[in-house]
Amino acid sequence: MSRLLPLLGFLALMALFGAGVWWNAYHDPTSIPTPLLNKQAPAFNLPKLYEPTQTVSKADLLGQPYLLNVFASWCIECGVEHPVLEAAAPTLGVKLVGYNYKDAPADAKAWLAAHGSPYALLIADESGRTAIDFGVYGAPESFLIDAKGVIRYKHIGPITPDVMATKVKPAIAAMLKEAP
Amino acid sequence: MLLLRVFALMAAMLLFAGVGHAQAIEPMPFANHAQELRFQHLVRELRCPMCQDETLEDSNAPIARDLRNQVFRLMQQGKSDQEIKQFLVARYSDYILYDPPLKPGTWLLWFGPLLILLGGAGVVLVAIRKRKRHGIEAMTVSDSTDNGEDW
Repeated sequence: MSRLLPLLGFLALMALFGAGVWWNAYHDPTSIPTPLLNKQAPAFNLPKLYEPTQTVSKADLLGQPYLLNVFASWCIECGVEHPVLEAAAPTLGVKLVGYNYKDAPADAKAWLAAHGSPYALLIADESGRTAIDFGVYGAPESFLIDAKGVIRYKHIGPITPDVMATKVKPAIAAMLKEAP
Repeated sequence: MLLLRVFALMAAMLLFAGVGHAQAIEPMPFANHAQELRFQHLVRELRCPMCQDETLEDSNAPIARDLRNQVFRLMQQGKSDQEIKQFLVARYSDYILYDPPLKPGTWLLWFGPLLILLGGAGVVLVAIRKRKRHGIEAMTVSDSTDNGEDW
């Protein structure tokens, strides 16, 4: 028995190492779980990107669910996510709201002109101050907010076709089933 | 000559390293020196959510700058250090704190090392008792033969 101990010790370390590798393959250790999940989204009042004199508040959007997509023209991964949103937007089942984050409005408009806009509504947070209330720390990030203003799901990083099919769409379906 | 160039390069690098650090914190209109010290202490205890191996003080990431400004704004509003931390934890979770709070979810983190230490002490105790039972003479005899403890 005592002869086997070193081997067992080694196997235990191997198991720990393997578990670590496996865990990191399926989890992003740098993504921060939002404490806002299943809580009321923070109140906001932001100008529209194309009509900066008009503002949109959280109260204005209550009554129907929406996917709030935080993006910016300087964000490279947003370009990766963009075609996925364009393809999915018509069949998403919820309104797609673009949240232009820490961007010069001219840059954002040029970027949207070049890539196309899947958004039904575009709001701009040039200073990024409101984004702090949402716990945003980069772009892209996406929040699924229901008709009552509760954050039902959050995705950090680009929505890939896989994330869209296995995470975002099921989250939307679950939400719509509960409150059609 | 080459050596001189290398020294000049190193000096330049040192200089720019200093500049980089100075730029990480842009001057803020503090009311007094005590407030500035309090601010610096606070941003050293907070973690940049974008680059998680850096404090809010060190990081040059845009979000770190925004959060430093937010901390400054909250200080101007008369919020205590605890209130400022709670404000950030409510939005960015405990990840924002370099010092994780003691709660059921972090028990393993706080007491794990102690558990490992106790486990090690247990193993040592068992080994010592075993030797005592076998007697010192038996040990010296068995040491010369293979008793499986040669590792």
